[in-house]
Amino acid sequence: MTLPSYPVAPASGYPTDSALSLRGLVKSFGGKTAVNGISLEVPTGSFFGLVGPNGAGKTTTLSMATGLLRPDDGTAVVLGVDVWKDPLAAKRLTGVLPDGVRLFDRLSGEQLITYAGLLHGLDRQTVAGRARDLLEAFDLTADARSLVVDYSAGMTKKIALAAALVHAPRLLVLDEPFESVDPVSAANIRGILADYVRSGGTVIVSSHVMDLVQRMCDHVAVVAQGRILASGTVDEVRAGSTLEDRFVELVGGHGPTEGLSWLHT
Amino acid sequence: MVAHLITLKLLLLRNGLRRSVGQLIGLIIAALYGLGVLLLAVVGLIALRLADVAVAGPIVVLGGSALLAGWTLAPILVSGVDLTLDPSRFALFPIPLSRLVVGQSVAALIGVPGVCTTVALAASTVTWSRSPGTFAVAVVGAILALGLCVSASRLVASAVTDLASSRRFREASRMAMMVPLVLLGPIIALAVRGMETNPDALRGLAAVLAWTPLGAAFSAPASFADGHAPEALAQLAIAAASLWLAVWGWAHALGRALVAPSGRAAPSARSGRRGLGLFGVMPASPAGAIAARSLTYWVRDPRYGTALIIVPLVPIILYFSSLQRHQSDVFLLSGPFAAFLLAWSLASDISYDSTAFSLHLSAGVRGRDDRWGRALALLTFALPLALVVALVPFAISGRWSLLPAYLGLVVGVLMSGIGLASVVSARFTVTVPLPGESPFKRPAGNTAQTFVVQFVGLIVLGVLVLPEIVLVAFASTTGSAGYGWAGLGVGAVLGGALFWLGIRLGGVWLDRRGPEVYAALVRAG
Repeated sequence: MTLPSYPVAPASGYPTDSALSLRGLVKSFGGKTAVNGISLEVPTGSFFGLVGPNGAGKTTTLSMATGLLRPDDGTAVVLGVDVWKDPLAAKRLTGVLPDGVRLFDRLSGEQLITYAGLLHGLDRQTVAGRARDLLEAFDLTADARSLVVDYSAGMTKKIALAAALVHAPRLLVLDEPFESVDPVSAANIRGILADYVRSGGTVIVSSHVMDLVQRMCDHVAVVAQGRILASGTVDEVRAGSTLEDRFVELVGGHGPTEGLSWLHT
Repeated sequence: MVAHLITLKLLLLRNGLRRSVGQLIGLIIAALYGLGVLLLAVVGLIALRLADVAVAGPIVVLGGSALLAGWTLAPILVSGVDLTLDPSRFALFPIPLSRLVVGQSVAALIGVPGVCTTVALAASTVTWSRSPGTFAVAVVGAILALGLCVSASRLVASAVTDLASSRRFREASRMAMMVPLVLLGPIIALAVRGMETNPDALRGLAAVLAWTPLGAAFSAPASFADGHAPEALAQLAIAAASLWLAVWGWAHALGRALVAPSGRAAPSARSGRRGLGLFGVMPASPAGAIAARSLTYWVRDPRYGTALIIVPLVPIILYFSSLQRHQSDVFLLSGPFAAFLLAWSLASDISYDSTAFSLHLSAGVRGRDDRWGRALALLTFALPLALVVALVPFAISGRWSLLPAYLGLVVGVLMSGIGLASVVSARFTVTVPLPGESPFKRPAGNTAQTFVVQFVGLIVLGVLVLPEIVLVAFASTTGSAGYGWAGLGVGAVLGGALFWLGIRLGGVWLDRRGPEVYAALVRAG
C-alpha cells in the first residue's frame, strides 16, 4: 500500500526539521504531577520511540501533544502549528492512536474507517478508496463487515490504526500500538509504519518493549516520573549497551528475583 | 469472609464519598428521605400496638407485602441495583459460594434502604408485643422477611443482569421485558383505585396476600394473636420455604456468574452486513457521518433501545393515569411527554460515547457539526414518532379541536428540548452504563450531577416552552380555535429558533471545552 506523501512546507518561526516539538509541558491531576516539564523534538521523517515504565507520563504527554488533554503549562507544536492555539489545523496533520480508549465498536470495521474519514472532511470517493486500501493493507478485508465489538484485540488495534491513517496525516502519534497484539499483526503494523516513514511521514510510538523500540525506531526518549531522562538517536541513548539495560540503568530498577525465595520450589 | 465483604463495602462507600462531594450529597438526601419515611413507619407500627388485631393485621400485611414487592422490583425499576459487590468481580478469588452468599446478603443491608428496612421490621415486632408467643412469632417473621427482601432482590438483580448481558438474547428479551414493567405502574394504580372505592376489598387482598410469599411472614403474628396457631405456623413455613427457594435460586445464579462473568458475552457468529449502511445514505460531511453513526447506534446499542421502547407506551401509561385522576387532559399530554423523553435522550449522548468520543476530538470535528449530526439523527425518527404518539389520544377521545395547540406543544418541546440538550451535554457528562455493559447496570459515580442535570434541565425546558404551555391552557379553557393555531405557530417558530440557538451555543461550548468533556469521560471509565 502506498500512503500519500506530502512535500514538507517549512513553517516560519519553528525548526523546520521538527515534526513534533514539545516545550515545557506540565500536567498534574489533583495535586499529583504526571508530567513535569517535558520538552522534546521529534525530527521530521524519524521513527521515534517514547519509552518509560508504567505511570511515567507517556500517555499524558502524548495526549497533550494531540489535543486530547489540555496542558497546565507548555506548548506542543505539530509541523509549525500550535496544537492548542490552532487545534483544527494541527489535528488535520496528526493521526492518533490513543491507548485504552474505546472505539465506536458497534460499527463494522469498514464503517469505522469511513466514519473517521468523513469526520476529517474527506469526500465519499476518497474515503471509499482509502478504506479499501487500508482494510487490504491491514489484512482485514474478510472482516470488514463484522462489528468491531466482535474483533480480537489485535484486529481492534489494527482497525484503530487504520482509522488514524485514513486522512493521510503527516505525523502519527501511537500510544502502545503493540499492546496485546499477536506477532503476526505486530509484524504487519511494523511493516506499514516503516513504509510510512520511508515515504516521508513521522511516527512517534510509546512502548515499554525495549527490544522492539531498539529494532524499529531510529530515535528514542526515555521518560520516568514525568521527566525526560535521555533523548536522541537510539545509538546515542543506548551508548554501546542494549537499550533495555540502559533503560533499567536510567530508570533505576532493582534485580528481578529479590525477596521471592519462597517461590523457588 | 462476611467481615471482609462488609469492610469492602464500607471502604467503597467511603472512597466514593471522598472522591466526590456530589455523591455525599446524594447519600445525605437519600438518608433524609429514608429517615422521614422510616420515622412515619416506626411511629405507625408502634401506634398499631394499641389497635385491634383485625385492624393491625391487614395493615401490616399490606405494608409488608408492598415493602417486599419493592425490594423485588427495585433492581428492575430503579435501573439496576448497587453493583459495587458484583459477583463476577469475585470470580478470580477462591471463595466458597456459601460464604459469598452470606457475605453479600449482609453487605446488601448496608446502605439507606437496608438500614431502614431493618429498623422498620424491628418496629413491626413492637406491634405484636401482645403476648410472649405472638412476639416470638413476630421476631421469626421479621427475620424471615428481612432475608426474603435481600435474597429476592438479589435473585431478580442477577437474573436481570444475566439476561441483559448475553448479547443476542438481550436485544429481544429486553424489549419483551420492558413492556410489562413499564405498564406495572398503571396496573397497580388501577387496582388501588378499585380498592379505594371499597375498603373491604383491601381486607380481602390482605387475606389473600397472607398466604403468598409476599405477605406470609407478616401475617403469621396476626394469625397467632387471633388464636390460630396452626395457621401462623403454616404461614411461617411458607415464608421459610420461599426464603429457601430465593436463596437457592440466587446462589445458583451467583455460581453461574462466577464461572461465566457477565458483560463478557461470547462473540457472535460473523454476520453478513450490508456494506456501509447509513453511511452511504447520509450526506458525506462530518455532520452527516455523525448522524449516520448516531442512527446506527440507536438501532444497535441496547442502551439506546431501552429508552426507545418506553416512548410508544407513554399513551398507555397516561391513559390509565388520566382514568385514575378523572382528568382526561393528562392523556392528551402523551405527545409532549414522549417528545420530552426523546429530546432529552440527547443530553446523555456524549456520555454514551464514553471515551470513543476521542475520535471526534482527535479528528478536529467542529462542535457545531457534532451537535448538528446528533440532533439530526434524533430528529429523523423522533419528529414522526412524537407526532404519531401525540395523535393517539385525540383519535381515541375525539377532541380534535385541541389538536393544533397540543401539536404546537409537541413540536416546541421536541425542538427546544433538543436545543437545550445540545447545550447541556456539551458542558456536563452524566453517569450512564458504559458501552457493552448491561443497560440495567447502574454505574457507580457522579449520580448527584446526573440528578441535578436532569432536574434543572427539566425546569429550564419548562421555562423555554412556557408560551406553548400557556397557549394550550388558553385553548383548553376558552375552546377557541385561534389559540390552538397560534400555539402551533409558536411551537414551530420558537422551537425552531431555540433548536438552532442550542446547536450553535452547544457547538461553541464544545469547541471551547472539548478536552475537558473528554477528560470527564475518561474519569467515568
